[in-house]
Amino acid sequence: MSDLLHIQDLSVVIAATPIIKNVSLKVAAGEILGLVGASGSGKSMTARAIMQLLPPGASMTGSVQLRGEELSGMSAARMQAVRGRDVGMIFQEPMSALNPLMCIGDQVAESVRLHRTVSRRSARDAARAALDQVGLSGEAGALDRLPYELSGGQQQRVAIAMAIVMAPCLVVADEPTTALDVITQAQVLALLRDLARLRGMGLLLVTHDLAVIAQLADRIAVMQQGEIIEQGNTAQILQHGRLPYTQALLSAARLRPKRALEPRPDAAEVLRVEGVLLEYPRKRRSLFKAAPPLRAVDGVSMSIRAGETVGLVGESGSGKSSLLKVILALQNPGQGGVKLLGTAFSAMAGRSTRRLRRDIQAVFQDPVGSFDPRWPVERLIAEPFFLLDAPPWGAERRRKVAEVLDQVGLNAGDAQRYPHEFSGGQRQRIAIARALITQPAVIAFDEAVSALDVLVREQILELLAQLAERLNVAYLFVTHDLHVIRAIADRIYVMQRGRIVEEGATESVFSSPQHAYTRALIEATPLLPEANESLRARARGSIAD
Amino acid sequence: MKGRAARDWSLTLGAGVTACFIAAAVLAAFWVPFDPQLLHIVDKLQPPSRHHWLGTDQLGRDVLSLLMAGAKTSVGVALLAVIIGAGVGVPLGLIGAAYRGAVDEAVMRGNDLIFAFPALLLAILITAVFGPGAINAIIAIGIFNIPVFARVSRAGALQAWTRDYTLAARVAGKGRWRISWEHILPNLFGLLVVQATIQFSLGVIAEAGLAYVGLGAQPPVPSWGRMLNEAQTLTALAPWLALMPGLAMLMFVLGLNLLGEGLRRGTERAP
Repeated sequence: MSDLLHIQDLSVVIAATPIIKNVSLKVAAGEILGLVGASGSGKSMTARAIMQLLPPGASMTGSVQLRGEELSGMSAARMQAVRGRDVGMIFQEPMSALNPLMCIGDQVAESVRLHRTVSRRSARDAARAALDQVGLSGEAGALDRLPYELSGGQQQRVAIAMAIVMAPCLVVADEPTTALDVITQAQVLALLRDLARLRGMGLLLVTHDLAVIAQLADRIAVMQQGEIIEQGNTAQILQHGRLPYTQALLSAARLRPKRALEPRPDAAEVLRVEGVLLEYPRKRRSLFKAAPPLRAVDGVSMSIRAGETVGLVGESGSGKSSLLKVILALQNPGQGGVKLLGTAFSAMAGRSTRRLRRDIQAVFQDPVGSFDPRWPVERLIAEPFFLLDAPPWGAERRRKVAEVLDQVGLNAGDAQRYPHEFSGGQRQRIAIARALITQPAVIAFDEAVSALDVLVREQILELLAQLAERLNVAYLFVTHDLHVIRAIADRIYVMQRGRIVEEGATESVFSSPQHAYTRALIEATPLLPEANESLRARARGSIAD
Repeated sequence: MKGRAARDWSLTLGAGVTACFIAAAVLAAFWVPFDPQLLHIVDKLQPPSRHHWLGTDQLGRDVLSLLMAGAKTSVGVALLAVIIGAGVGVPLGLIGAAYRGAVDEAVMRGNDLIFAFPALLLAILITAVFGPGAINAIIAIGIFNIPVFARVSRAGALQAWTRDYTLAARVAGKGRWRISWEHILPNLFGLLVVQATIQFSLGVIAEAGLAYVGLGAQPPVPSWGRMLNEAQTLTALAPWLALMPGLAMLMFVLGLNLLGEGLRRGTERAP
């Protein structure tokens, strides 16, 4: 196959710091190359270098050739013509890639009109054809819809339509499915694969998720600290990835169960949720007609035993976050209730609820927003001491904070630093330390590892498994990520539209899911094949379907 | 690079000019070259000279001394008005953001009511009831600062309430008041300092405006606004009488705005 994209010795330097070092890559027509690496490895910068869209202050050396034509050093005007016409780009956040005030038909048509002098009508026809290809022009008036009327997956389809409408020979996709839920992710990936296969289009897929790449890519290039450390056929890399870094990425993507817990039906129940119903009022349709309320949580019951890790899985909007608010007594349910250690626990402020709060703590998703930027770590970690009748202070407080910092693998000296001095993974460790300080019976995790890089996620899950074992604390793990849940949970609940549709021991749910929704979720989740599984058969199967 | 230099420049210049005027106002509380209340008709309407740096007015008072004493009035009125506005407005904004719903609605609609009322009209109302004077000017300007501070602090607080650290604080059993005090307010500090600088400069203008129409500081308390008013009929004869207080006000307000702009850019950059 002839080379479509040929990158030779590409280096990028920003403010005297090398970001990319001597990267060489090739993408042939119709080929899918997966570029994988942890965050900060330089993979997004490589994608931007191809488009000649480097941040100000960056300088680039080396050569980027598209169909034999040199792109580096090309004039801005000519490069502008190449972008969109010859190379399309898809970004991670579909919402911010689209103009919120322009209907999607016009946005796609605009990509055409920028490159070709065509009538409004024929541009719109081209747009319709492109939207048709991404499966969006089915309904009447589809072209006139505005971005906010579309779901995240549909928005990403529009972004893909914009990238392919000029029939470029190469598409660069930077984390195209990271912001999407699993079922949508599977659809978007299948779409990208079909486009590459059917149109003979080259696809450079940049992602941190090896499982996604394994499903799609013909070849994989592994990037670490600005260098390509290993590249080869997908099967070859997955089975015989030699370097320790590749191995680490592989094992992080496989996410083996972190512990094997024997079921302990005799363990005491620490948390019980009974028939919780939560409704949100909706905007009135008119002065006289109230809209029916939105039922976010619809009669959910669940229980957690001491020392057990329970997973709560569902897509975004399934009501799992609302349920978590009720469980944490931050929101009153419309009906039903929560019992913590056998006592009613609700947001109706009361002495018993306040006393009970020390037994349930939480870790949240955003490692940046979880901490008041003006507080030092010691004060942050000690905040839940507010719940104790006689909070320790001075040397005693310092000793207790040092103790939990040690438990989560940080130094006692970190207590005097501020949150912005830590990396995302370290901050989640601080959040875990804060949750541990009152020695709770249950810790709730709201998508606590979703914002983390695969390798860091692996470490945090490892740490959590150890802590659960050592401290006999129960976890309620709320996430949309089936990988994570499979690695950590003993038992899972699957939530869809406010209801629990399936529950059971993790392995039995994964091996024989009963509910159609659970099956769809599991099938959509990209899984890395085990090293011995025949990849070839898998690849053939995916082309056939 | 360019942006940083521009910020440093406006911050430095703004802070320098503001500091000069505030220093003059503080100095005026203890010492001025000539007693601004002492009339010396013999020396009336003298142009700027070595003896009277900025000349004398129609009653023979030293213009520099009048300006310094006027700065004291100006700074005092504007500062107290900012303190009233922030003292009432910030808690209102915090309460609105913390409780949302009906409380928020009541607070913000109350603010709209004040906003809807022309400033001068309220000042006239207050002076009509309580009589003109510096204290009533402070109250009138202060009332108009309330909704500004309430809105700014509410907007900032609403954003802070979406951050997970407020959730973490609630899980730690803290109530809305305590979270507002411990987490929200300190994170609004930069925002409020910038707003205070802007309101301070508006306060200086408002004080002069009220005094100019005779609703602010009454004689013999010196005020830039009244100096301008009195100089009106003498502009052809003694132009420095109108020029000096006008320039003083222009410089002071410009300095405050530069300072506010520099601070704003500084706080925007910070996390």
